[in-house]
Amino acid sequence: MTNHPKNTGDTLVRIEDLRVTATTDSGRKIEILKGINFDVRRGEVLALIGESGSGKTTIALSLLAYARSGCHFSGGRVLLDGVDLIALDEGSRQKLRGNKVSYVPQSAAASFNPSKKIMDQVVEVAEIHGILDKAAARTKAIGLFRALSLPSPETIGNRYPHQVSGGQLQRLAAAMALLGDPELVVFDEPTTALDVTTQIEVLKAFKSAILDRGMTGVYVSHDLAVVAQISDRIIVLKDGEVQEAGETEQIVGAPAHPYTQALIAAFEPVEAEAAGSRPASTAVLEMRDVIAGYGNVKSDGKPHIIAVDSVSLTLQRGHSLGVIGESGCGKSTLLRVAAGLLPAASGSCILDGNTLRPQVSARSKDELRKMQIVFQLADTALNPAQTVGNIIGRPLTFYHGMRGAEREKRVIELLDMVRMPAQFRHRLPRELSGGQRQRVNLARALAAKPDVLLCDEITSALDTVVAAKVLELLKELQRELHLSYLFVSHDIHTVQSLCDEVMVMFGGRKLETFAAADLHAEARHPYTKLLASSLPTLDPTWLDNLQQDPELVRKFAHA
Amino acid sequence: MTVSAAPRRKLRFQIRPIAAICLAVVLFWAAVALFAPLLVHYPVGDMVSYDYFGPMSKEYWLGTDYLGRDIYSRLIVGARYTIGIAFVGLILAALIGVTLGLLAAAFGGVFDTILSRAIDTFVGIPNLLLALVIVAGGGSSIPILIGAITIIFFPGCYRFTRSMAVNVNALDFISVARARGEGNFYVMIHEILPNIVGPIMADLGLRFVHIILLLSGLSFLGLGVQPPNADWGAMVRENMIGISYGSPAVVVPSLALASLALAINLLIDNLPQRIRDQLE
Repeated sequence: MTNHPKNTGDTLVRIEDLRVTATTDSGRKIEILKGINFDVRRGEVLALIGESGSGKTTIALSLLAYARSGCHFSGGRVLLDGVDLIALDEGSRQKLRGNKVSYVPQSAAASFNPSKKIMDQVVEVAEIHGILDKAAARTKAIGLFRALSLPSPETIGNRYPHQVSGGQLQRLAAAMALLGDPELVVFDEPTTALDVTTQIEVLKAFKSAILDRGMTGVYVSHDLAVVAQISDRIIVLKDGEVQEAGETEQIVGAPAHPYTQALIAAFEPVEAEAAGSRPASTAVLEMRDVIAGYGNVKSDGKPHIIAVDSVSLTLQRGHSLGVIGESGCGKSTLLRVAAGLLPAASGSCILDGNTLRPQVSARSKDELRKMQIVFQLADTALNPAQTVGNIIGRPLTFYHGMRGAEREKRVIELLDMVRMPAQFRHRLPRELSGGQRQRVNLARALAAKPDVLLCDEITSALDTVVAAKVLELLKELQRELHLSYLFVSHDIHTVQSLCDEVMVMFGGRKLETFAAADLHAEARHPYTKLLASSLPTLDPTWLDNLQQDPELVRKFAHA
Repeated sequence: MTVSAAPRRKLRFQIRPIAAICLAVVLFWAAVALFAPLLVHYPVGDMVSYDYFGPMSKEYWLGTDYLGRDIYSRLIVGARYTIGIAFVGLILAALIGVTLGLLAAAFGGVFDTILSRAIDTFVGIPNLLLALVIVAGGGSSIPILIGAITIIFFPGCYRFTRSMAVNVNALDFISVARARGEGNFYVMIHEILPNIVGPIMADLGLRFVHIILLLSGLSFLGLGVQPPNADWGAMVRENMIGISYGSPAVVVPSLALASLALAINLLIDNLPQRIRDQLE
């Protein structure tokens, strides 16, 4: 082994023709990585971007000489400082992890041991590798907490993981990764699970820590805008192959590969062409002063924990109302109340002029038919034991009494409506991709011939390009079938491109409702402005130029 | 519009050799139990040889017992009693347990709480003790044995089914079905049951082994199948002293018992990965 001079700019990591193969249940072999080549130079941050299944996490883990169970390295080399990690034995690999290469996971909440204090977990790396003694490690950790702008850095380590917020925990996970002064830090979608306002704080902390330390990093993400803020170079992956590699400015500014172009096109918000311009028609769904929540009912008739607090809304026939807010703001609960899955404690829900009973079991079949709910995760919203045909066919039998050939014919029509081939009705949900499952999820709701669709974050779990297609489909269906959508999302872009009106929720309350086209108007509520400004754009200088009122951030962000 | 026929679903299971061997053993004993009358050489209760604890021979394939009866014939008929009683008891226990478990999960609330606590009281009583009490009270006959097995084993089936069903009940597709207006029975049978039937079958397999062991235990104490008939446990007891004569009379039924119990256990341990995934 030769000694490389350690100057900034020389190659730290070289991946040569890396191949990873997985063995499935039935013994079939699938190539996850099909010969990946790239370098990471010392002091740069390289981003790996791609949709789910593109192999980005597999590459990231290979930098730790780790392959997930069922996978193995079937070829190529991963050279860190000239040493092939794949050729190392397990003992040497363990010495490497956390020490030379460290890892910041997507879900810090799942990575911390809930029964140990944070500080004990953060300094564990130093103990395992015998880098620092306990006192020195603690001092260093506190320094890192300060560098990552965590509140009360001296004492935060004495808390347990559940006593800090998600954004703080993510930064604590980064502190854990940085403690051993690794040569390479692998970030695996570290901000994906966070709310937008929290994401900003975490991104800023990461960026300044990276710049201060001149760190070398590999940043894995599906979000091009986030990556544009933090990386020097971007590699675009699809199906285990590199599609395009280049400087950040080039990739987001002038993408050469068609796939990258599609990614960027899907990112640009498309203004709803009819937004605000369509005339108001009759109200199809109205909710008035709805209060709902969880837990035992208190003496004043309100639930113990109030999730939705006196919210009123009106959905016009053929229109879409977007409900936005961050996690825990009560937007999904609002949908469950409308569907009757969670009976409201007080307030009323009026569909087509008829006041609905709060419980689903007390509503008539026709009332239920008119309003259908579509859930976010199609994986759990489709019964894994039923074929697509049965899943879509059941509402046909249930509401419309269809059977046999008539039902089969209608199922095929519905599949066609969501742009899926007729043969798919024989498949099980696990034999479909994420986007296809969401289409089946939609088709099942359409089978009832509803007037109103309650959509709960239905594009959030999908990849950018796929989500854009599903949104397009929603728009077409609205035109064809004159549907009305109550569309819940945390993503302003999505809501803006689909909805006529937007309602903003915070802490269970409605803050304001406005026409989607007026999102950037001056009269907006400060929180709406904060939400709108927190959404990363493709401009690589966006994060550095971002000006937010710290008072406002403190008040509304959960960081 | 063309209506294509559903393609045949291939079972894409990787069968492990050990599972195949175990399955063969289980099927072998099932066939023996089914066709017992065709296979016996001598009537079960008849003393056919003057040589008690006789060795294996051409006439008496597996030797003779302490009264000079043919072990081979008794083993074959014993399989019928052992497997037959255990199987019927298991089916009854499963019917009651799985049905109640699904009901508890689908209806939930107070119904679930009361049912669960009531059934928990059964679990508190040791199996063998409860069996002894039932047999002592009702006398030892085959219906009483089956009844005892049902009462002893349905709480386990109930608890297993309920815990699996409650997990499935929390998933979104159940919410969708409820929002559609489906009743509890539809949810139970069409939405929950198909998703837990694999693990339940595996669990029942293990329970079958427990039943056979309990039944043999009862017979060993003289409370199981009554003479001149015998199940495997009774055969071990009858011929216990034969061990000092080096007779096969005690070894053969013990081996039969062990082979069946082991085969079922190993079969379940080596189930195809897809069913195991559901179990975990």
